[in-house]
Amino acid sequence: MSHTAHHGAATDELAKIGSGLKKRTELALGDEFLRKAVAFTTNKLKTGRLKAMDDFGDWETWRERGRAIREHVVSHLDYYLGQFADNVAKAGGHVHFCQTGEDAVRTFLDIARKAEAKLVAKGKSMVSEEIHLNERLKEIGVEAVETDLGEYILQLARETPSHLIIPAIHKNKQQIADLFSEEAGETFPAETKPLADYARRRLRNVFLEADIGLTGCNFGIAESGTITLVSNEGNARMVTTIPKIHVVVMGMERLVPTFADVEVMLNLLARSATGQKLTTYTSFITGPRREGDLDGPEELHVLVLDNGRSAQLGDPQFQPVLHCIRCAACLNVCPVYKHVGGHTYGSVYSGPIGAVLTPLLLQDYKEAGTLAYASSLCGACYEACPVKIPLHDMLVQLRHRKVKLKLTPAAERAAFKTYATAFGNVKVYKMASKAAYWLQQPLLRKGAIRRAPGPLAGWTQSRFLPMVPKRSFRERWADLQRELAQKPSQPAGGKKEERS
Amino acid sequence: MKVSLFITCLADLMYPEVGESVVRLLHRYGCEVDFPELQTCCGQPAFNSGYQDEAREVARQWIRAFEHSDYVVSPSGSCTGMVHHYYPELFRNEPEWKAKAEALIKKTYEFSQFLVQVLGVTDVGAEFPHKVTYHPSCHAMRLLGVRNEPLQLMEKVKGLKLIDLPNRDECCGFGGTFAVKMADMSEAMVCEKAKNVAETGAEVLVGTDMGCLMNIQGRLNKEGKPVRVMHLAQLLEEGGANR
Repeated sequence: MSHTAHHGAATDELAKIGSGLKKRTELALGDEFLRKAVAFTTNKLKTGRLKAMDDFGDWETWRERGRAIREHVVSHLDYYLGQFADNVAKAGGHVHFCQTGEDAVRTFLDIARKAEAKLVAKGKSMVSEEIHLNERLKEIGVEAVETDLGEYILQLARETPSHLIIPAIHKNKQQIADLFSEEAGETFPAETKPLADYARRRLRNVFLEADIGLTGCNFGIAESGTITLVSNEGNARMVTTIPKIHVVVMGMERLVPTFADVEVMLNLLARSATGQKLTTYTSFITGPRREGDLDGPEELHVLVLDNGRSAQLGDPQFQPVLHCIRCAACLNVCPVYKHVGGHTYGSVYSGPIGAVLTPLLLQDYKEAGTLAYASSLCGACYEACPVKIPLHDMLVQLRHRKVKLKLTPAAERAAFKTYATAFGNVKVYKMASKAAYWLQQPLLRKGAIRRAPGPLAGWTQSRFLPMVPKRSFRERWADLQRELAQKPSQPAGGKKEERS
Repeated sequence: MKVSLFITCLADLMYPEVGESVVRLLHRYGCEVDFPELQTCCGQPAFNSGYQDEAREVARQWIRAFEHSDYVVSPSGSCTGMVHHYYPELFRNEPEWKAKAEALIKKTYEFSQFLVQVLGVTDVGAEFPHKVTYHPSCHAMRLLGVRNEPLQLMEKVKGLKLIDLPNRDECCGFGGTFAVKMADMSEAMVCEKAKNVAETGAEVLVGTDMGCLMNIQGRLNKEGKPVRVMHLAQLLEEGGANR
């Protein structure tokens, strides 16, 4: 499902994060290719992660260490940002603090104009997606080419990533072969090798001709001003060594204090993301090319982006969202994500982390806040998170925020008022339960409700609703007591100490 | 030992026989079970939907019902999880209620957790000669850490053949109001769960939470799949009825 491929008023609605959610869900659920592809890959990643955790051993200790490092950095972000910026500058790089996405775009465009750049070779960067950089470059006549294979596929398809680390997770080989064939003007079979060979040939020229290499940043190391990049394709290394200018775009929270800390984080990241011990390439970049270096850029710019992040600092409920290391483990275990894929979320960041991060970064609870309902609150996201972000709790708190801002439907507000009255008082509760027994009568068919009206229609569209029995448990209680008075009881065999 | 039954609103209104099984089993092991009349619901439906004021009102009713209990036992990991995991948060600005909630948390258990951890029972002497598959409920697992207790209890049941449920730990798609509000997402999830259950060839699906079981059963029934759905307490009680 592509967002940019559709046009018209219906599309505008479809593109709205909240109002379009239902329609996008329907489209995704009707797309068998997408569902198969996403379920297959997320399952592979999930299994790989579990095995890698197991092989590594002592996972909970590592996880707690990772959480503690991230919490420490985010709680002292001003200090570490200062240290990081000083050290980037000392190494010969330029740091640009950008408050908004627009600031970051303008800063980048200035760099591109000054360099009279025509071509930008891009490594994978979710932040560049967040600020919609590609379109803006196009407007000033600069071509940006994605060099991560998945991102390149999506660029050809004019789509956005649907997964944090496997951006084209929703595409199968045949769809990729079709895209490459159209681009190259020759026909490729749906086989990995010829497709990868074509991408390699095509992208090699981009590396050689690009004026600017653009990358994200997995971790900025404050003690040295080092940019850490992980990749499995080697494209990040090409992008950061061949073009004359290297521009890094990074979220302001993406720091660790020391190299010792980055070791912990890399151990957690690779295992949680792909089940690898380490990604194929890990690059540590400190400053631009130094005298005597054989390669590397002449200029290094680091764009540090706020764009809604600092608004979370000091918020006891949501500050930990900044601990995220973008491993996508929460996407891979999320049963909602598995069925609907990333585009259904209608935002750059998808899955459980996207459902939490998007409304917070955009400060938009009306539209983006609706994503908080795209979860059964099963908690699989929290369980998988390598830095223990309580995403399931945050989803509930976001719903609460929506309620507090009076952004929920009036009928729903009234329903919960009624609920509080009925369930806050046992007399009313008992009357309501009697009423439910009688009200269901016209709807019953063979002891179950097969089609319910009103809000319960959502339930019966896919399942039967059991009937309310005539006598509730509390009405049977007296009989049960009489029954038990006749029966002997025995103390338990191996009675244990009470839990402390 | 005095134990108060926290029936949960769902089991009170829809599945009274589950409560009866829990009470009969606890009675058998010497527990003196009472049923605090004041109880209604734990407040989770409102809390999970973001209505914390409404949830707090209902949660206060829950605390009033149980504040004098020695132990509180419930046939639901989700409702127990609500008390354990969210009551302190819900009453963060009301120290008096928060203290009451925290005192109660220490005494509140999910049914299988109570049998195994407090009563020290894993063998209830039941016999149940059927093929059974087990769906672990998310909140029992992830909010309470109840993973092995139901399995320990089933292992000791004579004749019971436990068949592994594929993708066992994956949510069934219930999620309370999620099932209604995000009906399409929920449907995709419950269809997959029901398919996995049916494919095991088990005669019985067992679980520890009636919310999840009502959801999966509702789907199985709609598809006309002949799988019997039972709460673990019902299985243990029925299997031991003729002892």
